[in-house]
Amino acid sequence: MPSSISPSQSKARPASSPGLPLSVEGVDLRFGGIHALKNVSFSARAGEITAVIGPNGAGKTSVFNTISGFYRPAAGAVRLGDEDITRVPVSARARRGLARTFQNIALFHGLSVLENIKLGGHHHMRAGVLPALAFSRSAREEELALREEVERKVIDFLQIDHIRHATVDVLPYGLQKRVELARALAMRPRVLLLDEPVAGMNREETEDMARFILDVQEEWGVTVLLVEHDMGMVMDISSHVVVLNFGQVIAAGTPAEVRAHPQVIEAYLGAESVTQ
Amino acid sequence: MRTGVFYETFRTEERLWNSPASKWWMLAFTVLLFTLPLWGSKYLLAMACIIGIHVIATLGLNLTTGNAGLISLSHGAFLGVGCYTVAYFGKMGVPFYLTLPIAGCIAALLGVIVGLPSLRVKGIYLAIATLAAHFILGFVFREWTSVTGGVQGASIPRAQLFGYVLRGDRDNFYLIFALVVILGIAARNLGRSYIGRALVAVRDRDISAEILGVNLLRTKLLAFALGAFYAGVAGGVLGYFYGAITPDYFALTLSIFYLAAVIVGGLGSVLGSIFGAIFMTFVPEALRLVANTSAQWLPNVAGLVLPMGQVVFGLLIITFLVFEPHGLTAIWRRIRRVFHLWPFKT
Amino acid sequence: MIEFLEYSVLGLLGGGVIALIALSFVLVYKSTGVVNFAVGEVMMLGAYLYYAASVSFAVPPWVAFAMSLAVISLLAMLVERTVLRPLSGQPTVAVMMATIGMASIMHGSIEAIWGGDTYQPPALLPRTPLLIGDIMIPGAVLGNFAIAALLITGFLLFFRYSRTGVALRATASDPVTAATLGININFAARLTWMLAGSVGTVAGVLISSSAGLSPLFASAALSVFAAIILGGMDSILGAIVASLILGLVESLAAGYLGGKSRDIVPYLVVLAILVIRPYGIFGTRTIERL
Repeated sequence: MPSSISPSQSKARPASSPGLPLSVEGVDLRFGGIHALKNVSFSARAGEITAVIGPNGAGKTSVFNTISGFYRPAAGAVRLGDEDITRVPVSARARRGLARTFQNIALFHGLSVLENIKLGGHHHMRAGVLPALAFSRSAREEELALREEVERKVIDFLQIDHIRHATVDVLPYGLQKRVELARALAMRPRVLLLDEPVAGMNREETEDMARFILDVQEEWGVTVLLVEHDMGMVMDISSHVVVLNFGQVIAAGTPAEVRAHPQVIEAYLGAESVTQ
Repeated sequence: MRTGVFYETFRTEERLWNSPASKWWMLAFTVLLFTLPLWGSKYLLAMACIIGIHVIATLGLNLTTGNAGLISLSHGAFLGVGCYTVAYFGKMGVPFYLTLPIAGCIAALLGVIVGLPSLRVKGIYLAIATLAAHFILGFVFREWTSVTGGVQGASIPRAQLFGYVLRGDRDNFYLIFALVVILGIAARNLGRSYIGRALVAVRDRDISAEILGVNLLRTKLLAFALGAFYAGVAGGVLGYFYGAITPDYFALTLSIFYLAAVIVGGLGSVLGSIFGAIFMTFVPEALRLVANTSAQWLPNVAGLVLPMGQVVFGLLIITFLVFEPHGLTAIWRRIRRVFHLWPFKT
Repeated sequence: MIEFLEYSVLGLLGGGVIALIALSFVLVYKSTGVVNFAVGEVMMLGAYLYYAASVSFAVPPWVAFAMSLAVISLLAMLVERTVLRPLSGQPTVAVMMATIGMASIMHGSIEAIWGGDTYQPPALLPRTPLLIGDIMIPGAVLGNFAIAALLITGFLLFFRYSRTGVALRATASDPVTAATLGININFAARLTWMLAGSVGTVAGVLISSSAGLSPLFASAALSVFAAIILGGMDSILGAIVASLILGLVESLAAGYLGGKSRDIVPYLVVLAILVIRPYGIFGTRTIERL
């Protein structure tokens, strides 16, 4: 059923340049005795939506955490555009255009929705400590510019202006997920990692979120890499699908190719879940 | 949501006092305080000075513990550092508008030295490191006699402004008042800047904050150093106010006192620091009152004031943590909501 | 050379008792994840209760000891119920501050009730000194070490092999799962605090009967924090080894550098460890899942 929400009328020019390609090459990840990822290689093409799917425990979130820089791979590399970012510290990856949402929502409860989203803009704020303390003209202007940008580009875009001053813990689950997405968008991302963006949502919420993700990819030109269990949504919006099982890539290709792949069907223990 | 207040630009919404009512209240309050020496009793004036000192120190600890969630048990010791620094430079004739910033900076530097190793790991280690720092600094206060005067303590010459000596409670009051205003506004500004947001993010979920681009170590160090800076300045002003100090003033109890002030007032807000400081200043006073009145039946009561103080501080911390974790600020905000929405009920 | 041996042996033996205090801390941390800042005050309270029972009420020492154990256990249960249970959902910072508050309450109460004088509680163990060659070891030190070693071994075995011990470890690592498996996590928490309090009491009684009892007692326990960090906060074995090392270092420092240096040695050690090896010798680096 088509969603009743249409893209926002104010098509503001995207501030971020078109998305970068992201590739994972031969990544090997171990936790003590557990071999979480074995020689995982795949790439997400610039400006397109790539999905990573697989049964629970296949290593999808581990891949994301490796790309984010939280896990250091024992072997292999992560490439953002031309740059090898495997050794780049976590907090420096934001500046290179890597943004992400989390499987279990990671909003900051001590901050309002607006403040959470503004935090996405943290890494491109330049004002020093002393000017911030005095709220000098430069600090003030920078803060206001951030507010304008966040309001026009993100809050209007995702239609959450009515809750901007709410504290995040009173929001329903679906809205919290949307705020997470908003925060990631405020980072001016070139690559957007979405970890189970529609987990726990009903059909309507899923369609809304799918619509937003498509809008982001079309209007902002961002590369989207998403992990998801909802096969319908994945097959609908992605142009490229990678399948993981037991820490290894078992298939990669267009949704149609992956859907018919015998190993993929086997991994999911049943043709039904894949051919929907 | 206030009735009758509408914003037309983001700029006006982001202002510190962003409604006509709050502007008038702020003005009235400022005038009231400014003229305090004229209408207040001597006791009230002295109390106001002490409250002011406590407010500055609590503002600092609130930045470290309230906003960033880092427990510091060395806050009292940092006050001592500020006090002895002011004593040292004051004796050399350095004016107060230099000694106070220097005191703050030296305290902040020590904060960085303590924080650098311990902030690389979990916040618990910082708490223990600050405990260690407290005792090491206490040792220094007692033993480095050439600078600190050892166990006998040190005297602090009065602050001077271009030859005019600040003597007496009234002069000190204006100095303290000015500092509270400056440092309070600075803290408020920090709270609504991107740095302030980063502090809270680091407290709530530091891993996620890191992935958003927040440099954890630098942010935590900043929170800790800023808190220490405020403590140093507070300690310096304390020196000017009292004129003489001994090392046992800066005991662990002082750090716990300020911790209680932060929790009672409300973690993370400037208003909380003010409430907490005021409340905590009157706790020892109340205890002393109780001791004096009951001295008739219990002759040994005088010796009980200090330990009973410790018991009360601990009880306050636990009671507020369990029942009202957001402190007096939450109670105040509830009351204010009634007035904001008036004449509507909800 | 003899001096060095004497200091070393005394230091190691003294470290054994520090290990008991460290054990009290690690017990709580391992089972409930709570950082107990009141560990020194608990120990002190136990010792003062023992003193009150054995001297003020003239009860035979072993009975007094049992009584103080009972009272501390009751207090521990009370604290767990009224303070820690309501705070169980809150961030670690809040619970830490609550234990700081507890420490303050205990310290203040003790000083208010018993004042600042030093008392001498009766000894539980024989005081005959032991002579090894030219080194004299006070009987109290030896006895304390023996009891400490016994208790520690008991706890190591308890945590490794007994059902309750494993249940406690499970509760610490994942309370929700432990609860679904049928482990009574409230009982586990209560038991942990009772055990920790009891261990602290034993340490307090042992130390105070040889060293005397005054409100400054609690600050002696602060060297425990150095041991805990050195050993790694969640490792019993680490706490033991670290305590022995710390006892050794303190004793050598006091012997060669003079008594005052003994005060700040543990704190310098803390800062040094944090720079070199923050997780301690045996501490586990936890892998957090996002």
